[in-house]
Order: sequence, then C-alpha cells, then structure tokens
Amino acid sequence: MIEIESVEKVFNQGKANEVKALEKTDIIIKDSEFLVVVGANGSGKSTLLNAISGSILPSKGAIFINGENVTSLPEYKRSRWIARVFQNPLSGTAPDLSILDNFRLASLRTAYKGLSIGINNSFKKKVQDKIAVLGMGLENKINQPMGTLSGGQRQALTLLMSIMDDLKILLLDEPTAALDPRSVDLVMKTADHLIKQYNLTALLVTHNLKDALQYGNRIIMMAEGKVIKDMAEADKTGLKISEMYDWFV
Amino acid sequence: MDFYLTALLQGLCLSVIAIGIYISMKIFNIPDITTDGSYTLGGVVTGIMLSHQLPISLIISLVILAGAGAGTLTGLIHTKLKINPLLSGILVMTALYSINLTLLGRSNLPLLNLKNLFTSIVLFTDPNQNTLWIVLLFIILIAFVIGYVLQTDFGIAMRATGNSETMIRSLGVNTDRMKIIGLAISNSLVALSGFLMSQFQGFVDINMGIGIVIVGLGSVIIGETLINWLKITSVWLTIILVILGSIIFQLVLAFTLSMGIDANLLKLVTAAFVLIIVSLPRISLSKAS
Repeated sequence: MIEIESVEKVFNQGKANEVKALEKTDIIIKDSEFLVVVGANGSGKSTLLNAISGSILPSKGAIFINGENVTSLPEYKRSRWIARVFQNPLSGTAPDLSILDNFRLASLRTAYKGLSIGINNSFKKKVQDKIAVLGMGLENKINQPMGTLSGGQRQALTLLMSIMDDLKILLLDEPTAALDPRSVDLVMKTADHLIKQYNLTALLVTHNLKDALQYGNRIIMMAEGKVIKDMAEADKTGLKISEMYDWFV
Repeated sequence: MDFYLTALLQGLCLSVIAIGIYISMKIFNIPDITTDGSYTLGGVVTGIMLSHQLPISLIISLVILAGAGAGTLTGLIHTKLKINPLLSGILVMTALYSINLTLLGRSNLPLLNLKNLFTSIVLFTDPNQNTLWIVLLFIILIAFVIGYVLQTDFGIAMRATGNSETMIRSLGVNTDRMKIIGLAISNSLVALSGFLMSQFQGFVDINMGIGIVIVGLGSVIIGETLINWLKITSVWLTIILVILGSIIFQLVLAFTLSMGIDANLLKLVTAAFVLIIVSLPRISLSKAS
C-alpha cells in the first residue's frame, strides 16, 4: 500500500521561475491496485510518480510504503519495493552490458551486489526461461549487448527484469510513448499480465487514452498539480473514450 | 635491442596506469586528471619508504592506500559537492603537488643503490630478464584481480554505473558511493604504476607525473581501437588489450626517439601521437559515410 499524505512539490522555490508541480495531494493506493494516471503535460503526473520512486523528494508532506515512512529515503533504498519502467527505453537498461548482465543486476535489486561471480548456468537458464515468454527469440541472444535491441524489446525486457527480484510496486512512466503500435501492444500486455500474475501494486502514467481505458482498475486525472478526478473500477469500466477527451478541454 | 627492451618494460610499468584510466574513463565515464598527482604520490611514497629500508609488502600496501585516498578525495568533491569531475581532479592534482614536494623534501630523490622490488627478488641472474619477469608477474596479478572484480556482481554494478545511471539507481545502487570506490581503485592502480616506475628508473622526481594522464589515455585508446576492431566483449581480453595498448604506445615513442628526434620534444611527440590515434577512427569513418 502506498499512502501519500499532503505531499507538495515546488521547483525553484522563491525564484522567478518557481513552479508548483504538485499541490497538496492525498492519495492512497491499495495493495494490488493498478492505478492509471492521466493529465495534460505539466499537470504533475510524473512528479507524483517520481515522488513515489524517490528520484525527487517532496517539499512538504509524507509518503508511506506498506506503513513505513519513506519520505526522505533516496531512490536506491526504495528499490527494496519499487521497480520502474521509464519513458525512454534507454534509461531502464544498460546498453553496453549484455542482456544477461542486465538481468543479473535486476535479480539483485533488493540485495547486496557483492564480490562473487553470480552468473552461472542455472542463472542463465532462469533468464532464458523468463525471456522465452516474449516469443521474440531473445533467449538465444543473452550475451548480446542490450544496446543492439529495439526500443520495444528493451521495454519488454525491462518489465521482465523487474520481476527477477521480490517486487511489490511497479511504476510505469509513459512506458510506450517512444514505441511503434505493435510494440505498445506487446509492452502493455506484458505489463498487465505481470501485474496480475504477481499481484503487484502498479501505477501507469500515460497519454494514451485507449490504454488508460483498457488497463487498470482505477483512474485519476490530474491538472495543475491537483487530482481533479478519481474513479474506482466500477465507474472506470463504464467510461467511454469520448468522455475522457472532454476531461481535457 | 636493449633500447626496445627498456621501452617494453616502461610500457608494462605504465600499463597499470592504463588499466586505472580504463576504469575511470571507460567504465565510469569520468575524465579523471588526479592521475598526474597520484602517480607521483605513488613514486614519492615508494622513494621515501625505500630509503628507510622498509619491507616491499608494506610499501605496496601504503602506495595502494595513498592512491585510493587521492581518488576518494576527488570522488567526494565530485559527488558530494557536485563539482565537475574534471575540475575535482585538477584541484586534487594541484594540491597533491605540494603534498608530494613536502613529503619528498626536495625535487628529486635517487634510489639507485637501494634494495628494491627488482633486486630483492631474484628469479634470473640477468638483471634485465629478472626485471621483465617480475614486472610481468606483477601485471598478471593486477590484471587477474581487476578482471575478476569486473565480472562479479559488484563489478557488473560498477560497469552499469557509468553506462546507465538512472537504471542502476532504480536497481538499488548508491551511485555516488560507487563512483568514489571507482576513482579510489583507479588511482590506487595509478599509484602502483608510480611504485613500479620509480624503482625501474631508479629515482623519484617531483615532475614525473606531468602529462602522464595523456600516456595512460593514449594507451587506453590504442587498446580500445583494437577492442572495437576485433569486436571483443570478453573482460579478460579487454584488459589484455589495454595492457598491449600501453606497450605499443611506448614502443612507438621509442621508435620515434631512435629516429633522432630531440628528447626535449618527447611530450610534444606524445601529444601529437595521441591526437593521431584519437582522430584516426573518426577521419576514416567520415570518409566512409
């Protein structure tokens, strides 16, 4: 469970270019809830997500994960619960490292990375089995550098990497914004499948209203740093895409 | 022939710098100029301890610590005070000049008649051959340690830190800490090179570090050209090629000198040579496209 209590974020406080990215916000995201966040550019969606992940620290308020106060915990310590998929496919993986090395690091997200060689045959087999699910034939290319793959392949692998280690919360920050329609489909379906299979609490920030309708069991709309609409599953199911367009005008 | 043997030995001594620069420059993507200071620091610590007839093992440990200290300082300035890594390195390098001069007490210290690494271990009666094998064993040991570390889980995290910082932070790695450790390892290698070189050349000089970063960088770039050319991905081969890069570099310099170029122009020749190897791949690429 993620509890966001009166969180505010102001960038460049007191300067001419001061921006109130997040006004006093309260949200509770329950366990295994798949929350979709929509809103115009600059509405505070990404700030909200970054505040949860810890890549920015809130100016005011408190954040709790499973009852633990994580407000001042840096990102690398919150990785105990959280995995992320970034908008830029390059950010979620290390391009010069092999697929195998990337997966090795992901499998140690919550653990200490020590001075022993962890890649052995059973680990390779485990990674190959995980990747084979995608049906892209990547399981035979695990020694290839990550940078040789397409953006869609890298996003899909980033998703699989997130479940290599114990995971509670998955943050998806416009994961398909840079992808072609077929890859969008693959990445979103993989994400949805993993969230259900592993019972994850998830947060999806997206501009794609079709995806916003199709996936998730709760939707919020943000504008000017505030949550202006909040719909639970019952209301979300009946929602039409034309209604959502009206939210933006 | 002795002339080229000397160049080979120098190349081997300096290849430790090349491995250090490979770590800071290629793995962590940090241009670190602390090198010039930590190389001299390694030599100075060696010189002082040798003249007090302290055991070699103690000297090696202290040289490693001194280098690591210098690297840690640069790392702390860069990560905690958010100062550009180039500037952080220059600051520490400049400060080290005074420290080295104070430690040494004068600008030059001859070590010729002192017992050193090459005279305390005797594997062969011929001194040249003896030096060659001791240096070789030393380098193999270092290459083995670094090669092993780079393949461990910690090493993969190190490589990812310079490659994709956002990713590795979201995977639970404190990147600041990682960079400090990386710079410490890099500079302790550089100091070890100063340890080898000062005993090989038989003196410590306060100016021995000037421009040494270019020598290391040039060696890494030669090594990298070979790596790209041969499409190497193995960590072991990468390290071997970096060492080879350093040897090639010294042989080319020796060859230029043997053609009768004024020794005063050595640094100019070095800079020009590095410029050529840096720009060659780009020139041939732009022609191809």
